[in-house]
Amino acid sequence: MRSSSPSARKQIVNWIEERTGWGAVREFIEHKKVPIHSATIWYYFGGITLFLFLIQVLTGILLLLYYRPTPNEAYESVQFIMTQVEFGWLIRSVHGWSANLMILSAFIHMFSVVFLHSYRKPRELTWLSGLALLGLSLAFGFSGYLLPWNTIAYFATKVGTDMAAAVPLVGDWLARFLRGGDDVGGATLTRFFGFHVAVLPGVTTILLLVHLALVQRFGMSSPPWVGPGNDKQMGFFPNFFLRELMAWYAALAVLGSLAALFPLELGEKADPFAPAPAGIRPEWYFLAPFYTLKLIPSRVWIVDGELLGLVGFSLIAVWWALLPFWASNRDGIVKVRRVTGAGVALLAYLATFSYLGYVK
Amino acid sequence: MHSMETQRRSLVGWLLGGGLTASVISFLYPAVRFMQPPKVPEASINETVAGKIDEFKPNSGTIVKFGNRPALLIRVNETEWRAFNAICTHLNCTVQFEQPTSQIWCACHNGRFDINGQVVSGPPPGPLEEFQVRIREDEVFISKRA
Ligand code: FES
Repeated sequence: MRSSSPSARKQIVNWIEERTGWGAVREFIEHKKVPIHSATIWYYFGGITLFLFLIQVLTGILLLLYYRPTPNEAYESVQFIMTQVEFGWLIRSVHGWSANLMILSAFIHMFSVVFLHSYRKPRELTWLSGLALLGLSLAFGFSGYLLPWNTIAYFATKVGTDMAAAVPLVGDWLARFLRGGDDVGGATLTRFFGFHVAVLPGVTTILLLVHLALVQRFGMSSPPWVGPGNDKQMGFFPNFFLRELMAWYAALAVLGSLAALFPLELGEKADPFAPAPAGIRPEWYFLAPFYTLKLIPSRVWIVDGELLGLVGFSLIAVWWALLPFWASNRDGIVKVRRVTGAGVALLAYLATFSYLGYVK
Repeated sequence: MHSMETQRRSLVGWLLGGGLTASVISFLYPAVRFMQPPKVPEASINETVAGKIDEFKPNSGTIVKFGNRPALLIRVNETEWRAFNAICTHLNCTVQFEQPTSQIWCACHNGRFDINGQVVSGPPPGPLEEFQVRIREDEVFISKRA
């Protein structure tokens, strides 16, 4: 009996192997290596972002069971989730907090890529796909913010979509497209719901697969100062994988305590015939542009202030996206100082303006 | 001979490519048009009853419905009234009357207008659209300026 069981197991393994070729994958995982150096810890944030995204998908599906995307019912259905449904407050709170943490962790991931110079050839497309994913996350945040149909979200969406109208030439078209009409209303809610639960998840999944495939293809990069001479590495499986799992566990602990200790509030139901309340502000990750916009006067010389802000933000975004292309000289040597300086400058701008936007 | 073969191939290539492009466009075009919301003719109203005179206190402002848009009706004192389109000229928020300063205030980016709707400070690029206020018997009417 005893001797037959390993062979039975082997038979099953063989059976599966013959029909899937799974062995190649196992082989690959066994040989995958992760470089070890003083900055290895930053490698975990990509994985943490992925983990939080998975939590978003799960809690999002749960919320879908009760949420109703119409102006008459949206607020009430969220209220119902929070007061009647068992653990509803927790699921919603986890969804909201996890969204915030995911964007935070994506930002940390992005800046660590910059400061470790991992965007270098041949990883330009990995960088670009990552930035696109960050953009999608922000779109998730913007569309999801409106769904509870409360006052703050209503006015934040009015402002946000009106900014789109300042885009030259296509502005009006774009604003109407986003709002599903001339003004923020029921049509906007339906549309944002569609974006949030169908369009964005679809596009994100595809892009995420591309991003992960590229990461697999090229492996983890070592910072230029570690050099090719250093070949201290650990196996991806199980060494790095288990560590990553611990990081996920830690992220889960932070998420769980935040969600339980500071449950998300709902605020008041949006009323199109009420003035915008004091203290209107967008989610924290939009605070820096929000505050910048507040500072720009309505007219700078002959240019419209909003337009100026918009052009400024776009230029910064393009400059940032092209980073891998201006970061190294012809011989492929990274201009470490310049890139680090740019990263610090951007980080400083985002941090100060977000802070000012929050307190003022 | 050889060049004829290549020519034929490139012709077939063009035809295939062109056909494919045409069908992609013919699928995409309706979808893109579909996404653009149709223009719904707005019930354009020119006048509305805001309420009875004694519902409004002197030195106070109230948001009233003007069609499906908000309007700000201000009773400056016993006899003086003002009304504006309550949509801020900056980024679309709804403004409010601020009693202590007797100014119109937009909470979104701290824009301020005076009692005539002119910009005092903040980012709004232009004055608020002013409406006309008329009193008939004990009712307050708001109308668009001709
Ligand atoms: S929307 Fe009124 S000040 Fe910006």
